[in-house]
Amino acid sequence: MIDDIASLGAWALARLAGLGYGFRFLMRLTWLSVLSLGRPRLIIEQLYFIGNRSLSIITISGLFVGFVLGLQGYYTLERYGSSEALGLLVALSLSRELGPVVTALLFAGRAGTSLTAGIGLMKAGEQLAAMEMMGVDPMSRVLAPRFVAALIAMPLLAAMFSAVGVMGSWIVGVQIIGVDPGSFWSQMQAGVDIRNDIGNGVIKSMIFGVICAFIALFVGNEATATPEGVSLATTSTVVASSLVVLGFDFMLTGLMFGGF
Amino acid sequence: MGMKRRSLDILVGLFVLAGIAALFFLALRAANLGSFVVSDGYRVHAFFDNIGGLKERAPVRSAGVVVGRVDSIDFDTKTFRADVRLSMDSRYQFPKDSSVKILTAGLLGEQYIGIEAGADEKVLADGDTVMLTQSAVVLENLISQFLYGRAADGGQDTGGGDASGGAK
Repeated sequence: MIDDIASLGAWALARLAGLGYGFRFLMRLTWLSVLSLGRPRLIIEQLYFIGNRSLSIITISGLFVGFVLGLQGYYTLERYGSSEALGLLVALSLSRELGPVVTALLFAGRAGTSLTAGIGLMKAGEQLAAMEMMGVDPMSRVLAPRFVAALIAMPLLAAMFSAVGVMGSWIVGVQIIGVDPGSFWSQMQAGVDIRNDIGNGVIKSMIFGVICAFIALFVGNEATATPEGVSLATTSTVVASSLVVLGFDFMLTGLMFGGF
Repeated sequence: MGMKRRSLDILVGLFVLAGIAALFFLALRAANLGSFVVSDGYRVHAFFDNIGGLKERAPVRSAGVVVGRVDSIDFDTKTFRADVRLSMDSRYQFPKDSSVKILTAGLLGEQYIGIEAGADEKVLADGDTVMLTQSAVVLENLISQFLYGRAADGGQDTGGGDASGGAK
């Protein structure tokens, strides 16, 4: 009995210590990221790997999500005789939810895994240890520029996803099905609010950027320095980022849009 | 090295530009930021018995043209009526005895305010109150009036009781 209570206490303390460690990691990473703004060359390199290389998956997914939203939205709206609200439906669902969330999930799969694996392999190859030996802080040289680049890339990618999605639904809705283009755009413009809908979507994607980048870097940095450890870390990056993003999305949606 | 670095810069620059362009597309094309911003308009009050589903930022239309926006909606505790503040575009002047009513675009569409010009020589100025208002048509009231109208007409057998004419 006493042993059980003791093991519960030990477990809780270990969790708490892990939480505190993660928080300190994030604080230090944030501070070093601010400092790393003085070395834009490193950030630009990472922005290429994180941003440009994710372009194809983000734009193609956005296009197809737009296609499907156009088809499904038309099917439902047509039943109520209000198919011209298709543009509004698509623009709201993309800018409020699907843009930030699906981009974050794809980002975790495309960029998060490569961040984790890259850092895990650097650790396994003892490159990080070698840097420390030379008096270079791996966190400011390796982790911080990646963090900043991910924070910049995420909102831009989410905006591209939403924009491409709107165009995709326009292609399906207006060009193929034949919804009136005038009411497609005018209903959208009448119903989408710049601050409430698009602004909150951008804020969401910024928060998701912090989440995905932090988890990817933290898990990579804490990975066991073996091939198995790195592959495990890559998997847990995707799982953890996806779950945390979805959980935060629910809370953020409740905070941002739940009030009315 | 220099050449490679330069092409990297260009690619990243294009990426950032594409992202900003997407944001602008969403802001201008989807949310219509540039269309109708009342900057130097005048504000008028209108009191309604019932505003139905009217929302802030709903358009004020005259002859179908957007001439203003609903600025705020409050409840007046003295008269127990809805106090709707309209922000009107200063390009459009309306006579003092103009009337406003709450209309619905389509069957399930959004509600907006229609303003019809009166004949007064003086025009509405900032802070004025529009006296002639007509509330939103509430479907339940309409149906009950229609049913009562039918019941009253039933004995006299006149037929075709126009119950909706009494909707205030």
